[in-house]
Amino acid sequence: MFALSDTLLRRFAALKSTADFWSLRHVRESRESYWVRRRVAQAPFFVDDAGAMLTVRIAGVEAYAATSDLSQAGLQAALERAEQMARTLAGRNLLDLASLSYPTEQNDDVMPGYEQPLASAAHWFELLMAEAALIPQDARLVDSHVGLTFTCHEQIYLNSAGACLRRAQRYVFPQVGVTASDDGDSQGRSFGGTHLARQGGAEVLQQLGVIGSAARIADEALQLLLAPNTPNGSRDLLLMPDQMILQIHESIGHPLELDRILGDERNFAGTSFIRREDFGHYPYGSSLLNVTFDPGVPGELASYSHDDDGSPAQREYLIRDGILQRPLGGALSQWRSGLPGVANSRACSWNRPPIDRMANLNLEPGDKTQAELIGGIERGILMSNNRSWSIDDARNKFQFGCEWGQLIENGELKGVVKNPNYRGISSRFWRNLRAVGDVSTFEVMGTPYCGKGEPNQVIRVGHASPACVFADIDVFGGAA
Amino acid sequence: MDARQHFSALLEHLQAQVVGEEGFTLAYGAEVSSFIRFNQGQVRQVGDVQQVYVTLSLYQGQRHAESKLALSGVLDEDLPRLQQIVQRLRGVLPTLSDDPYLRVNREAWCSELAGEAVRLDSAAMAQQIVAAAAGLDLVGFLAVGPQYQGFASSWGAFGWYAASSFNFEFSLFHGNGQAVKSGYAGEQWDAQAFARKLERARQQLEFLGRPAKVLQPGAYRAYLAPAALEELVSLCCWGFGAQALASGGSPLQRLFNGKAELSPLVTMDERIEGGLAPAFTSEGPRQPLRLIGQGRPGERLVSSRSAAEYGLIANGSGSGEYPMSLQMHGGELDEQHVLQQLGTGLYIGNLWYGNFSDLPAARLTGMTRFATFWVEDGQIQAPVSTMRFDDSLFDFLGPQLEALTREPELLLPSGTYGARQTGSMALPGALLSRFTLTL
Repeated sequence: MFALSDTLLRRFAALKSTADFWSLRHVRESRESYWVRRRVAQAPFFVDDAGAMLTVRIAGVEAYAATSDLSQAGLQAALERAEQMARTLAGRNLLDLASLSYPTEQNDDVMPGYEQPLASAAHWFELLMAEAALIPQDARLVDSHVGLTFTCHEQIYLNSAGACLRRAQRYVFPQVGVTASDDGDSQGRSFGGTHLARQGGAEVLQQLGVIGSAARIADEALQLLLAPNTPNGSRDLLLMPDQMILQIHESIGHPLELDRILGDERNFAGTSFIRREDFGHYPYGSSLLNVTFDPGVPGELASYSHDDDGSPAQREYLIRDGILQRPLGGALSQWRSGLPGVANSRACSWNRPPIDRMANLNLEPGDKTQAELIGGIERGILMSNNRSWSIDDARNKFQFGCEWGQLIENGELKGVVKNPNYRGISSRFWRNLRAVGDVSTFEVMGTPYCGKGEPNQVIRVGHASPACVFADIDVFGGAA
Repeated sequence: MDARQHFSALLEHLQAQVVGEEGFTLAYGAEVSSFIRFNQGQVRQVGDVQQVYVTLSLYQGQRHAESKLALSGVLDEDLPRLQQIVQRLRGVLPTLSDDPYLRVNREAWCSELAGEAVRLDSAAMAQQIVAAAAGLDLVGFLAVGPQYQGFASSWGAFGWYAASSFNFEFSLFHGNGQAVKSGYAGEQWDAQAFARKLERARQQLEFLGRPAKVLQPGAYRAYLAPAALEELVSLCCWGFGAQALASGGSPLQRLFNGKAELSPLVTMDERIEGGLAPAFTSEGPRQPLRLIGQGRPGERLVSSRSAAEYGLIANGSGSGEYPMSLQMHGGELDEQHVLQQLGTGLYIGNLWYGNFSDLPAARLTGMTRFATFWVEDGQIQAPVSTMRFDDSLFDFLGPQLEALTREPELLLPSGTYGARQTGSMALPGALLSRFTLTL
C-alpha cells in the first residue's frame, strides 16, 4: 500500500516552482475483471493505471498538467507546463482564485481490510462458472453473463502548504444478467444492473446476495417474456431501492450539483431547474423527503475522509423534511457562490481535474415496512431495477424504465408486467412522495458509471435508499 | 521519444520475449491534449494531459488473458513494467480453461496513416475565443493536440494512426436561458473560419430571444438537423453487431429478422475512405460494409469471436462490433429549402439524452435541446421549450420519413471519456411527417 509514497514525497519536495501554490495528486488504480458469458469464461482483464496531476495557482489563475511520467524530470516538466498555461491565460480567466484557501491537513484514510489479498483468477472463474451453471438450458435464454470486478484505488495528495492526504480503497462490482428472447421480443433481467457495487472484499458478494441468484434472474427473464405490457395511465408507484437510487441520482443529485447551477456544465451535462436563491426554503418534496450527503456509511462506494481537493467530508442534510437545504458543491463552488456545500470535489482519475460530483447521496429511511407500503396502495404498480433513463438538461422532465413490473390492486401484489416505464417532472415528482420504507427496506448500492464534465469523467457514486411510494404517476408500457 | 518509435520499441521488446506457442497482440493509445473550458466567455478551467496506454493480450493455444497498462513514455521505465505484465499473464494462462471462440487473426498486415504533424497552439486559440466572445455568454470546451493509435501482433500485423486536431464545441446562451450549440473542429485552426461559425451561431441566438412557444404533447411535422439525427443513430448503431443481434440486445433485431423495415430512403454504410478513424481494428483492416440498403438489412458487424460463436464470417470489426465511420446517404432535399419544405412544424437542432422506451421495438425517448424552433409557413416563429420525444425508429425513419437533405454532414466526436474519441459519422438532415412528443 502507498508503495510510491516516500518517493513521491521526496520528488514533490524537490520540485521547483515560482507559483503561489501547487499540489500533486497521484492516483494508482489496479483492476481485475472476470467474465463468463453463455457459460464460457472470457479472457481475464487486468488494468494497472498510474499517473499524477500537478496543479498550480499563479496570481489567482489555476492550471493543471497531468502526466504518467512520475520521474523527477517528468513531474517537474508537468509543473512547468501548468505554470506556463496559468501565465499565458492570465487576464482571460473567469475566476480570480487568489483568496481561495487550501488544505493543510495530514491524514490516512484506509478502508478496513484493504490489505487482505484477493483470491486467484482460477478461484473467481470457478465461482462464476458455478453461478452460470444455475441458468437453465432453455432455447429462449439467448444470452447470459456473470461477472466480477475488483478495483484497488490509492491516492496521495500533497501540496505546497504541507498537506498530505492518503486514501486506499477497494471496490467490488458483481454482475449477473440474463436475456430471454422469442418471436421478435426480448427481455432482460439482472442482479442490480450496473447499480450494485460496494467497497470491500470478497465478503461483499455474500452481503449483496449475488451467489445463487442466477436461477431466479433467469426465471424472471422468462416470466417477463410471457408477461403483458404495462398498462398506460396514472397509478401509485412503488419504487424498489434498485430503482430509487437512479431516481435520486438523476432528479436530486445532478440538479443539486453547484457547478451546474453556476453554469460550468451548460455546454455538456446541462444546467439545473434549481436556482441559487432556492436553498434554505424551496419545497423539493413532501415532508417525508430527507436526503443526506453521507461519506461515513461503511461499504458505500463514496465513503471517504476527504475529497480530492483535500476538504474534510462530513454528513450533511441536502433536503430535510422536504425543504432544500444545501447544494452539492465543493470548496471552490462554495467560495464562488457564497453557499454552504459539502466535500464533493472529485476526479475520476489522475488525468482529470476535480469537479463537483455526487458522492454518497442517500434517502433516509421512513417508518413503513414493505408490506405496509404495498398494503397502502389501492391501484398501483411496483417497479424494480433500472434499465433506461433520460432526463432534460435542467434535470426536470424525466422518463425512466425498469426491468421488472408488478401490478398492485387493493393492497396486494398481482401479475408481472413487462416494459414498465414512467415519466414525470422532478420539481413536482418528489412532492408526490406518499410513503417511505423503513430500515428493513433500506439498501446500500452504488454505480461506477456517473458521467459528467469536460473533459468527460466517469466516476463511482454511492446511493442508499428504502423503497418509496409516489402517488398518481404517469406509467406506460412498450410498443409491442 | 516519438510515439511511433516508442510503440515500435515496445513491440520489438515483446517480440524477443515470446516463447514456444505463445503469441501476443499489443494495442497502443496515446495523446498529448490541452483541455480548456469556457464559461461566460472566459476561461473557466485549463490544463493538459499526457498519457500513454498499452493493452497486451497474451495467447497460448486456446487460452488468453489481457492487461492494460499506463506507461510513462520513457522506454527505460516502460520496458521493465511491460515485462512484469508479461510475467503476470504467463502466470495466469495455465490456470484458465480453453476458450472455444478464440480465433486470433494470425495474418500479417500493415496499415499506416500519419497526418501532418502540425503544431497547434491551444493558448492562442483560447485567446481568440475569449476575444470573439466579448459580450456573449459563451460556454464551451476546447480539446487540442496529437493522438496516436497502434496495433501489432506477434504474427506480423502492424497498424499505426497519428493525427493532430482540435475540437471546439460551444454554446451561446441568451439571457432567457435558451441556447444554440455549434462547433469548430479540424486539423488547422483558421481564425476566419471560426469567426464565421461564431457569427452563424450568434444569428440563431437572435431568434432565441423571442418568447418561447410551449407545445402540447402530440405528433408534429419535424425536421431533424444532422446533429439531432446523430443522437438517434448513435443510440441504435451498436445494434449492427452480430452478438447484439443474436442475443436479443439489438434495437435493430426486428429489421434484421424481417419483422420491420425502414424507409427505402435509408441507406447506411460503414466506410473507410472519408471517415476520420484508423483503418484497422484489433481484428485487422476494417472493411467497407453496406449496413442498410434502401431500408433493408445489409451486413452485420462481425468480430472473429462472433464469427466462431454464431457460425458467421468475420469482417474486420473490432470486438465492440460498432461502426467507426458510419455514413448515411443523402437524399434530394436541398438544405436551403428545408424550412420551406417543413412548412409548419418543428426545426430540431439537437436531441439529447436518448435511451430506449422499448428496445426490441426500437422505440426511443430523449429531449430536445439547443436551437429548436417552431416554424410556420417556412418561417421561424419562436424557440420551443424543452420537450420529450418518444417514437420508434421504424416509424420516424420508416413511413414518416419524407426526405433527406442532399449532403451528409461530417460529425466529429467530442467525447473524452478516458481519451479523446476518434471516428466520425456523416449524416444528412431528415424531414419527418410525424414525430411524437410526450412531455
